[in-house]
Amino acid sequence: MSKKTLFDKVWDSHVVNSIENGPSVLYIDKHLIHEVTSPQAFNELEDRGIPVFRPNQIVATADHNTPTLNQDQPIKDKLSRQQLEQLSINCKKNDITLYELGHKYNGIVHVMAPELGVTQPGMTMVCGDSHTSTHGAFGAIAFGIGTSQVAQVFASQCLLLTKPKSLRVTVNGKLKNGVLPKDVILYIISKLGTNSGTGYFCEYAGNAFEEMSMEGRMTVCNMSIEMGARGGMIAPDETTFEYVKGREFAPQGEEFDKKVAYWKTLPTDKGAQFDKEYSFDAADIEPMITYGTNPGMGIKITETIPVDENPSFKKSLAYMNFEAGESLINKPINFVFIGSCTNSRIEDFRVAANFIKGKQKANNVTAWLVPGSKQVEAQIIEEGLKDIFDNAGFELRQPGCSACLAMNDDKIPQGEYCVSTSNRNFEGRQGQGSRTILASPLVAAATAVEGKIIDITKHLN
Amino acid sequence: MEKFTTLQSRAIPLNIENVDTDQIIPARFLKATDRKGFGDNVFRDWRYHKDGSENSDFVLNNSKYSGRVLVAGDNFGCGSSREHAAWAITDFGFKVVVSSFFADIFKGNALNNGLLPVQVSADFLSKLIKKVENNPETEIEVNLENQTISVKGSELSEDFEIDAYKKTCMINGYDDIDYLVNNKELIEAFETQKTY
Repeated sequence: MSKKTLFDKVWDSHVVNSIENGPSVLYIDKHLIHEVTSPQAFNELEDRGIPVFRPNQIVATADHNTPTLNQDQPIKDKLSRQQLEQLSINCKKNDITLYELGHKYNGIVHVMAPELGVTQPGMTMVCGDSHTSTHGAFGAIAFGIGTSQVAQVFASQCLLLTKPKSLRVTVNGKLKNGVLPKDVILYIISKLGTNSGTGYFCEYAGNAFEEMSMEGRMTVCNMSIEMGARGGMIAPDETTFEYVKGREFAPQGEEFDKKVAYWKTLPTDKGAQFDKEYSFDAADIEPMITYGTNPGMGIKITETIPVDENPSFKKSLAYMNFEAGESLINKPINFVFIGSCTNSRIEDFRVAANFIKGKQKANNVTAWLVPGSKQVEAQIIEEGLKDIFDNAGFELRQPGCSACLAMNDDKIPQGEYCVSTSNRNFEGRQGQGSRTILASPLVAAATAVEGKIIDITKHLN
Repeated sequence: MEKFTTLQSRAIPLNIENVDTDQIIPARFLKATDRKGFGDNVFRDWRYHKDGSENSDFVLNNSKYSGRVLVAGDNFGCGSSREHAAWAITDFGFKVVVSSFFADIFKGNALNNGLLPVQVSADFLSKLIKKVENNPETEIEVNLENQTISVKGSELSEDFEIDAYKKTCMINGYDDIDYLVNNKELIEAFETQKTY
């Protein structure tokens, strides 16, 4: 029997049919939707008189447009309000489960679905959002799709796809103190670049990932798209099964045991071949920070910005108002954002609270702490983390995508730097003219306390 | 979907690498619930200053250049999955985007909207950009049937790759929904016989 990768096993079991010399019809187990990329797909089906094929395999949430304050009040922005209303109407009309604003399960789609046990190993999952790669942390094939494809899944619960090539990134060794999953993925992208994964599905292997929690694995897989890979996966193991067990939509009792037995067959066979392989030493990774306008432009926090004559590179530095060769340490920072589908889970807030405890937020800093879901918010309060944040002068806001993409009220002003735990430092991503510096929740928390970027490695040793 | 067979047109050179979909259409313009009108805001923050005045340095505001072909730097369309990026580019009037590399999701979105992504070699791209920058009247010919892109009145020509199925769809104006809905019986049979 031929040796198969984790990806091969999940893909092969979901192929309904194949077009000769063309794409395959791939069955989709779970379809997640939100307010921004679904309305045109609903319209298209309606125009063509096609019903939604499997409404019970769709889960909807409102996240991109939602305000992070006063969620009990009507949304002020008219267009945002209309988009959310449209989602409610569409879900109601088509019998789709929606966790709307204020619901106890509402949250960022890539935080709430795993939390509810919707995400499970061996599944195929899609969403009109490129960070759907997050769910690959469970050993699922999960990827972002465009709105035309959202309509296709509505109509048939399938997609026409050409099988991507395979890539494996292995990190073995011991991670240094203070090096978080976010640093690991920023390090990988800084080494491989933003298009190394294009055309590939990535598997992350090695003890660095095996020893991570599910939250950490989700952070890593979330940013697969930032190196161009449609998705990233980590083999399911005991950590995965333990996380899924007992969650609202997870299989229960005997059914769960049967699933676990199947999930155990999914990891990549020994000797299976990948089209491309990279490996890194965990000990070389340090707390990371970005200096440019794509996530590949990252350095260790102690390093200096590289020198490069490429005009696009220079344009990027000019936008950030940074000089080639300079260090970012001691740069004054006025905005800090801890949140987004990359880093808004309970662990991220534990890390931040652990650093902040007993300290005070710097006066010059506006800091937004935005949980990924209502459940994360509740847990922050329950664990007493909110008190730590309150005492240190931080404000805990309500769940949503918030300042990651500035579709809501949370925008970074023109010209300001924001040290952010989100996933993209593109020009204007956090508001017109804003300048994003990507980092881990630890580096973000330290920046908020100091009012400037500091060499966090000195605080750890 | 609109059919695509051949196109002869002038081109607009956008000599920037890693153009992400946030630049093509910023998130604050994604609040519409239909597909139309996104062209008004394509490359919004490069075309206009924050006060709303036009940025005369940006190529789309340079009246020397026109046409239905956008020639862009490497790794075009990276970032968000927003199909609004493909809608904005087509709504502005482009039918073809040429680059040496396209991000996956953008490429798929383009093909689903009758916008042809033409992937060329880095060498061809740099020659093409130079040619168009130096002579805005340069005419480009794209032939989907033959999978060729060439510059009229010059030796500059290259073949490009496209998935055979997608090519048929583009030429005939078919989309994937038609195909999938016609496969419903197979899909239902699959659901009852799933092995996982």
